[in-house]
Amino acid sequence: MSGESVAARQLGFFFDQRGCIACAACQMACKDLHDLPVGVNWCRVLTRESGVFPEPRITYHFAACFHCARPSCVEACPEGALAKRAEDGVVLRDDEKCVGCRACAGACPHGAIQVDPRSGDSGKCDLCVGLRARGEEPACVAACPMSVLAVGWLNELPGRAPVPGIDVPGAVDTGPALRLLPHRHSPHQ
Amino acid sequence: MLFPFLGQAIMASIPLGERAGEALPVSEERIVPTGCVHDCLGFCALRAHVRDGVVVRMSLADEGAETRSWFGRRGCARGLAYRQRVYHPDRLMYPLVRTGERGEGRFRRATWPEALDITAAAIKRIRDRYGNQALFVHSGTGNQGILRGNLLAQRLLGLMGGFLGQHGNYSNACTLYASTATYGTIETGNSHDDLLNSRYVILWSANLAHTHTGTGAPWYIWQAKQRGARVVYIDPVYTDTAVALADEWIPIYPGTDNALMDAMAYTMIDEGLLDRPFLDTYCVGFDEAHLPAGAPPGSSYESHVLGRADGVPKTPAWAEAITGVRAEVIVRLAREYATAKPAALIEGWGAQRAAFGEQPARGGAVLAAMTGNVGISGGGAAGLGACERRMRIPYLPVNNPVSAKIPIYVWPRALTHAREMRAEDGLQGAERLETNIKLILNIQGNALVNQHSHINHVTKVLRDPAMVEFILVADQFLTASARYADVVFPASTWLEREDAVAAAWSGDYALFLNKAIEPLGEAKSDYWAMAQVADRLGVGEAFSEGRDEEGWLRHQVAQAGIEDYEGFKRTGIFRRRWPRPHVAFADFRRDPVAHPLATPSGKIEIYAQLAAAVNDPAGVPAVPKYIPSWEGRTDPLRDRYPLQLLTPHPKFRTHSTFANVPWLQELSEDGLYMNPVDAAVRGIGSGDQVRVWNDRGMTLAAVRLTERVMPGVVVLPQGRWFAPRADGVDEGGCANMLTSLRPSPWAKGNTQHTSLVQVAREEGGQ
Repeated sequence: MSGESVAARQLGFFFDQRGCIACAACQMACKDLHDLPVGVNWCRVLTRESGVFPEPRITYHFAACFHCARPSCVEACPEGALAKRAEDGVVLRDDEKCVGCRACAGACPHGAIQVDPRSGDSGKCDLCVGLRARGEEPACVAACPMSVLAVGWLNELPGRAPVPGIDVPGAVDTGPALRLLPHRHSPHQ
Repeated sequence: MLFPFLGQAIMASIPLGERAGEALPVSEERIVPTGCVHDCLGFCALRAHVRDGVVVRMSLADEGAETRSWFGRRGCARGLAYRQRVYHPDRLMYPLVRTGERGEGRFRRATWPEALDITAAAIKRIRDRYGNQALFVHSGTGNQGILRGNLLAQRLLGLMGGFLGQHGNYSNACTLYASTATYGTIETGNSHDDLLNSRYVILWSANLAHTHTGTGAPWYIWQAKQRGARVVYIDPVYTDTAVALADEWIPIYPGTDNALMDAMAYTMIDEGLLDRPFLDTYCVGFDEAHLPAGAPPGSSYESHVLGRADGVPKTPAWAEAITGVRAEVIVRLAREYATAKPAALIEGWGAQRAAFGEQPARGGAVLAAMTGNVGISGGGAAGLGACERRMRIPYLPVNNPVSAKIPIYVWPRALTHAREMRAEDGLQGAERLETNIKLILNIQGNALVNQHSHINHVTKVLRDPAMVEFILVADQFLTASARYADVVFPASTWLEREDAVAAAWSGDYALFLNKAIEPLGEAKSDYWAMAQVADRLGVGEAFSEGRDEEGWLRHQVAQAGIEDYEGFKRTGIFRRRWPRPHVAFADFRRDPVAHPLATPSGKIEIYAQLAAAVNDPAGVPAVPKYIPSWEGRTDPLRDRYPLQLLTPHPKFRTHSTFANVPWLQELSEDGLYMNPVDAAVRGIGSGDQVRVWNDRGMTLAAVRLTERVMPGVVVLPQGRWFAPRADGVDEGGCANMLTSLRPSPWAKGNTQHTSLVQVAREEGGQ
């Protein structure tokens, strides 16, 4: 249920925004792995564009599930189908308990939970717990040609916490488990 | 259409590769090492995960942490989406024979024997009637494996007495000539890992994040930046490469690069920043004291830059008016580049794909020489940039008894006016041609229609079966080119056959493409199809030499120095590891007498004697020059068509390949990119549909307003599929409705970045 993440055992994403070329290999690796249809993306590359020629300011943003410290989805689910794992803070969805009410998708301020129109089920990034259990990297991390993604213990990751609404889509601070090295065009260094 | 969407069938009956939160046992899955061999020239190792004969997942080659520093890249969204290409419902499942008019797209199903018989009979009939110069194999770069069909088609026709050959290509035609004239070679590139040693990198029309020629360059530049290197990005567009790698973006009007180069040279001369000892020792033609024999006085590059020859000093102020780059920026750029040691000037192939594309390719090399950055670690000679130290697996030999060759970009002229072509048109190997092209074999290429310029002209010629009498197309889909075929062969993809590939222009590795699945429907490999045609023409034994596909792969791979074929097959990857990066021209730099360049003087030809020999000073000057383009900024045609059009490589396609893949269409950033200033005066708003046109044709596109494009320039990424309406307007957003057939003056290369267009809001659009 909701509440602060316990101790320092929180897995999170590291994103070196400075080197992202928005190739979307991460997005496609996740999509292919989970056979997601057009319109459903558990990992997304988002763009913010501002400034005026000849000085455009462009930043790219990696957005998956941020396995938040205060996950809105867990709080919103009436069936307890979403839960934050104690051992590593990963937020996982229990398919058996889900009734397809979509409250989670509406609650997540980052757009991380997406509904598959074929089944009506919600779905989201699970930090590739299956692959990781086999000793493999998450699909997104493995796919990145610039090596700007990593997964590790949040308190050990370099970089700063994301600014809500700027570095991550949600303007509400849910405590996303993300650390980033900001691009020089980020409004927050 | 023909078959249900297999992907959906898979969804219903076979468990997903990975359900969220679960991991299926690895043993249920066969992981097949393979590689993608489309025309981005990245050639990346991929793995197909196969269950019950179906590919259920793609993943990237994993050699652990070492993979990261090896390629620097290991695949992209396109390769990862490949299942949707392989299992696309529009896959051609059987041969087709045309029933309607060429271009209509009306075909009937045929058996393989019938399709092969028709093809073989056409080759024989046309050869016997018109001679071997009437036979032509089109550019087919959709399959870059060793067993690639376009070269197999050439091998076949070579055994039938020959075919009209070609020189050049759509990728680097101008810089090929420029590099050869300047350096005596196209192998002007240091290996990518040498970028770690650069203090300063100029990327000049080099959108390395989108164009994967040679693997890993963006990653190495990224590493160099983290070590403190400064990166300057020169391009009319602020691309993804610029976002990640550029410390500074210098926007420049298309076709004006040499004015900036000349002004940088002027500054270096003026402020004494040149490496004069390097120029004196290793180059000819920089100054009057070092002209090659036969070069007239006053013809040195220095004389040109200082205005001694034409009375126009190439000052930064002069260049500012032409390029849009402010004079103080030019001065600072020149100073930085000249004093940062070592510095790498990397030219992509964008600026050379233009009206006078030989010139920027020459000019970059000259700047590299002026700063002494040739032949040193961390430096860069510019030029075409191929790396001498790369793996090569030879293709099957082609022997062509016909010596005549045309530049690939002027093939449409050889359909209608071949007998008028002469050496000055790029005809080589013969004084004149005896016949127009009457037969075209187009194997896994889309440059017959779609990817070649001026589609309205080309399709008009192709539509007439009395001109080209027979056209064969082999492809996975009924592309625009396939619609003009008389016979269509369904071609298999690299997941459906065995093959191998060596790194393109850079990279010392090779990939083995294991067959992951059986071909869909009646799709066949290029080798099978060409061998079958060869059998019918009575040259089957000569074609195969008794080998099947595996036999040929073993034979060719052995010639590449790969001894452990089985190991190569098992891992899918062969690479050579080196203790040091490769530095181009290091031997020449160390001892230019013992290691002269393959140029007439043995030195770097700033005054290029090969250029002078063309005797066309206006189009092919001996020293690099800014030449105002036709359909450039100074063309009076701008009164009617004021916007310069660029047609760069698309991000989520490989040219026209992948255009129909839903996952990539979802990501796609297609449309006409336009600066809001240009849109505002035309009443165009975000999300509007626009029409883009000039005298050659019209296409429709969604507009994308962005500050990443210079005012006065619009960008329409190439490769969208030509889809004409009844009135001839293209609804597909295909850039080659607008581009010109006119080649560059020396290489006769493609000029697909030189067009003027007008844009307007499409009334009543979607």
